[in-house]
Amino acid sequence: MLPRRRLITAAPVLVAALAGLPGAARAADPWPDIKEALFGDRPIADGSAVIALDAPERALDAAVVPMTIRALLPQTGARWIKTLHLVIDENPAPLAAVFHLSPASGNATIETRVRVNSYTNVHAVAETSDGGLYGVTQFVKAAGGCSAPALKDADEAMARLGRMKLRTHTPFTPGESMRAQLLISHPNYTGLQIDQLSRNWIPPDYVRSILVRYGEREILKVEADISLSEDPSITFSFVPETEGRLSVAVEDSNERHFEEAWPIGPGS
Amino acid sequence: MTRLLPAAFSVLAMVAPPAMAQALAVEEVAPGVFVHAGVHEEFTAANEGAIANLAFVVGEEMVAVIDSGGSLREGRRLRETVAAHTDLPVRWVIATHAHPDHLFGHAAFAGDGARFAGHQRLPREVASKGPLYLDSMTRLLGAASAGTELVAPDVTVPVGAPLDIDLGGRVLRLQAWPTAHTAADLTALDLESGTLFAGDLLFMERLPVVDGSLTGWLDVMTELAALPAERVVPGHGPAQAAWPDALAPQRAYLEALRDSVRKAIAQGMPLGRAAEEIPLPAGQSWLLVDENHPRNVIASYTELEWE
Repeated sequence: MLPRRRLITAAPVLVAALAGLPGAARAADPWPDIKEALFGDRPIADGSAVIALDAPERALDAAVVPMTIRALLPQTGARWIKTLHLVIDENPAPLAAVFHLSPASGNATIETRVRVNSYTNVHAVAETSDGGLYGVTQFVKAAGGCSAPALKDADEAMARLGRMKLRTHTPFTPGESMRAQLLISHPNYTGLQIDQLSRNWIPPDYVRSILVRYGEREILKVEADISLSEDPSITFSFVPETEGRLSVAVEDSNERHFEEAWPIGPGS
Repeated sequence: MTRLLPAAFSVLAMVAPPAMAQALAVEEVAPGVFVHAGVHEEFTAANEGAIANLAFVVGEEMVAVIDSGGSLREGRRLRETVAAHTDLPVRWVIATHAHPDHLFGHAAFAGDGARFAGHQRLPREVASKGPLYLDSMTRLLGAASAGTELVAPDVTVPVGAPLDIDLGGRVLRLQAWPTAHTAADLTALDLESGTLFAGDLLFMERLPVVDGSLTGWLDVMTELAALPAERVVPGHGPAQAAWPDALAPQRAYLEALRDSVRKAIAQGMPLGRAAEEIPLPAGQSWLLVDENHPRNVIASYTELEWE
């Protein structure tokens, strides 16, 4: 069972908060409210020396927009990246994901794919181990990503539900940071899509948390929301000190649990 | 043509006058088989959505229309065109798939006793994606979109169970395919003349668009090639071409796309970089590449990374 943090509830709260604003007010910059809901009155410093956000200026497919939060600090020493927040200001649930990292991550760079519902600022905010907040912003042009119909046939998506795939991008060297992509087969329904047969809204059904361990060590914990694309993809790093097993536990918004593990060693 | 791009709003949309239903230019590619070749453009107010190839087949008793156009206006023009060539009624309106440039003219034939045929999965394709397509085309066409509405098929064809429809002394064989260009592709074969109406299972000149399954499409092309046809009417391209030779350029593109995306995945090249960096295969020449090729890379990548 994964420990569930309170932060994940911020997203529905934000939806409610934004929905309550009068139409005219929606045109205003939503970031101050989002920022307050997520971080209270804590200051967010310019993060350009801590992280970089790589996102396309114009998305080719609004339902699958690749984004990378690139770490500019090593995960060692006195100050390392503890969490990364990815916020898509204009999305119905602006908080796309929170990534909890540790020195065992080796490198805090995270790559994922998100839905973008309209032209929006995207904020990446890093919290460092000494408690500082550092933000960077990029504007992304895209529209319709949250209501776009599922890429896959619904029957096919449910048949493959929870299947996972791990793709390692670098070879195994004991003690060296290793990069891997985790793919989780899940329709990640947003609640804003129409059922193909009934024409009713499909209820939201999405990956809510992902816990990655190497042996007993926690590598990465992800709290996610409807903005992650169908078949969520997370690319991350970890440091295998010895041969071992990388295990992943996923929980979705309907309390389904999925687990999978892969051996890591010279052959992987 | 697939997912309509959220392109810039054209001022032309505001000022386009309501057009009279003027006949479309058609070519008679075989006796009783007429084809209108669409222009190689995205939807604009000026082209009124008339970008796909449309056809009609005249039997002894009735007419079948294969794809109706990208707007009610184009559908009406097609209807006028049919009337200019025969007094027989249009009794069948066949959709090769759910994309808006192929079935947004359907409403022009509603209410006259025509039946609307399509793939078994077409109703849900229309239900799920139709409203988005309609929003996009309304935005892109402005006044030229007037009256366009979604018409779901009332006769559906399952995969593996072709349906023969008799136009009077002339049979059209409707065949539904597994997911390829889209999840609901259907072909029509005129047994009389050996003319295959491939819909967007065959793009010529204009870059193919992957909106279903890249590997599925390649498999379906192999099956298609075995159909006993002399000529094909592609969904986009010339009014007719020799069968099955016409498949070659599309096969070359899709195979090269598959191979280069597989290689990128194997090398650990991330999706975003693959979309930016995988070029159009060398030696190939297609129209409307700029946005469509990178989108094909994304669609192929998210399919092939599960292999």
